[in-house]
Amino acid sequence: MNATTATGVAVGPRLRERRDAGRKLLVPYVTGGVSADWTDYLRAYADAGADAVEIGLPFSEPMIDGPTVQEASERALHRGATVRGVLADLRAARVDVPLIVMTYYHLVAREGHAEFCAALAEAGVRGLIVPDLPLEELAELEQATAAADVDLILVAAPSGAPSRLREIAARSRGFVYAMTAMVTTGERAELPASAAEFAARLKAHADLPVLLGFGISTPEHAVAGARAADGVVVASALMRGLLDGATPAESGAQVRALRAALDEVYG
Amino acid sequence: MHDPGATGRFGDYGGRYVPEALIPACAEVEEAFRAAWADAAFRRDLDRLLTVYAGRPTALTPAWNLSAELGITVLLKREDLAHTGSHKINNVLGQALLARRMGRTRLLAETGAGQHGVATATAAALLGLSATVFMGSKDMARQALNVHRMRLLGAEVVEVTSGSRTLKDATSEAMRHWVTCVDEAYYCLGSVMGPHPYPWMVREFQRVIGEEARAQCAAELPAAIPDYVVACIGGGSNAAGTFAGFAGTAAKLVGVEAAGGAAISGGKVAVMHGHRSYAIQDEHGQILEAESVAAGLDYPGIGPEHAHLHELGRARYVTVTDAEVIDAVRRLARSEGILPALESAHAIAWVLRAARDGELPPGATVLITLSGRGDKDTTTLMEIP
Repeated sequence: MNATTATGVAVGPRLRERRDAGRKLLVPYVTGGVSADWTDYLRAYADAGADAVEIGLPFSEPMIDGPTVQEASERALHRGATVRGVLADLRAARVDVPLIVMTYYHLVAREGHAEFCAALAEAGVRGLIVPDLPLEELAELEQATAAADVDLILVAAPSGAPSRLREIAARSRGFVYAMTAMVTTGERAELPASAAEFAARLKAHADLPVLLGFGISTPEHAVAGARAADGVVVASALMRGLLDGATPAESGAQVRALRAALDEVYG
Repeated sequence: MHDPGATGRFGDYGGRYVPEALIPACAEVEEAFRAAWADAAFRRDLDRLLTVYAGRPTALTPAWNLSAELGITVLLKREDLAHTGSHKINNVLGQALLARRMGRTRLLAETGAGQHGVATATAAALLGLSATVFMGSKDMARQALNVHRMRLLGAEVVEVTSGSRTLKDATSEAMRHWVTCVDEAYYCLGSVMGPHPYPWMVREFQRVIGEEARAQCAAELPAAIPDYVVACIGGGSNAAGTFAGFAGTAAKLVGVEAAGGAAISGGKVAVMHGHRSYAIQDEHGQILEAESVAAGLDYPGIGPEHAHLHELGRARYVTVTDAEVIDAVRRLARSEGILPALESAHAIAWVLRAARDGELPPGATVLITLSGRGDKDTTTLMEIP
């Protein structure tokens, strides 16, 4: 496996530096290829104060996505989105925030671990989330991501035993992605109170930033989630807007509102 | 056909590729199954239900007329005679007992043709559990009778409208739903697929087909063991159960896939629905919709142990077309007075073709698992001239 010269902004150092400076982190999501102008949303997110952006590489059999992200993935696939196509768009986009790809293991494995990670790095992607690859199956991809200088970000679930949470915190890179509850992705009316408790438990194990995701839908949720965590990931609420016709400027305004709420309370 | 151990691997296939949120639930099912399977009382309870409720042992029926026509000996393992009309009840009774033993009050399931859903609704009613069954809207339309049966039995049928609106999407949706209710619900998977321990556990619950058939063949055939053992394959549970009874013999094992959903014959390695196996996919790795006249076989993947048996060369996987299947239904109905499920007719169709083409030599002995009965398919058959 050859080390790859990575481009793009590194995830771990950027998030840690900002966390240590007292800023609450905000990572918005967009489904790659969901519209012809999808990379304009990346720029809008970055301009609105995103600390990193998560990009979904759509797969036909998503195991943890709720209806909104599923709909976005189906739309992207219908438009002909592919791994290589999305990465080519990203390479051309040149956005000055860390880029993180989220996808399912099949799309990684069929390309080959090293090849997939090298392609990410070449496109300026420096973080990877593979939600259907649990600890037991992780070793090979862990090596490949490390060789390509890509952070392999692990997802921690509230169902995890303390020993698993410790191991996830120890092996995750970039940040630890904490699920707010035992749910699929999706907009929610309320953020469960247990989310903060879970984030606090994880922070006890993790030196890395801990970000809460799954159901963070409003600025109020973001503020509540960031009370115990180092920040939040927002996906479905943004994708709902996009699917309903929000322009990059309008989605950027959604992110700006989240940013403002976090800064107002914690800034 | 072994215990896949802690990793749940059959060679390179199997494993447990699920979100972290589901790992404890899978581990809990594995632990509970290992304990239950080693517990004589659990085995006694299951055996009793299989006998007095499901109607086991099912008959081994010589297909006298077809055998005479083809010049071979065809024996039918009659899972169509099991309660609810297919082999699915064997697995579901086992898993429902396990769920109850684990203190769960609710069964979740996915279904394609509806047979696994009906079996789940049935076992839930019997054991005082509730049942939620996910089913693609396309399958609901063509298997309306089974949808109605499930509802009569008290199950909630959830229509899945995402993707191709068939079994693969119902499976994805059921797994996603499981994340949200792992503490009270037990996921009752219908085939030899999914994350470890499901492929192994379901095969063990279906092993009864092969073990009974082997004993019955010994009484029926001078050579005791048939030359060929043939079963249809979607995910592959009736085939896995049948093959398990003959794994240590010289019988040639043949799995018959639908031509439009041939995971082994037309697919590539994939990680989907919690395991690594074969699935049909496009050039970019997106899983394709399978096409078959049999709703139970239009699944784009196949259980991981079948992928392993294929790689070892221990079992052979072949395909038949919808037209051959329809012909097989009519031939068996008219020659033996048995209306097979469209799924099961795939196995019949291959035997008809192999006998015609001389692939099955004159005098060959062939065991076919008739996995289910065709009552549910009469509407479909009425629409075919």
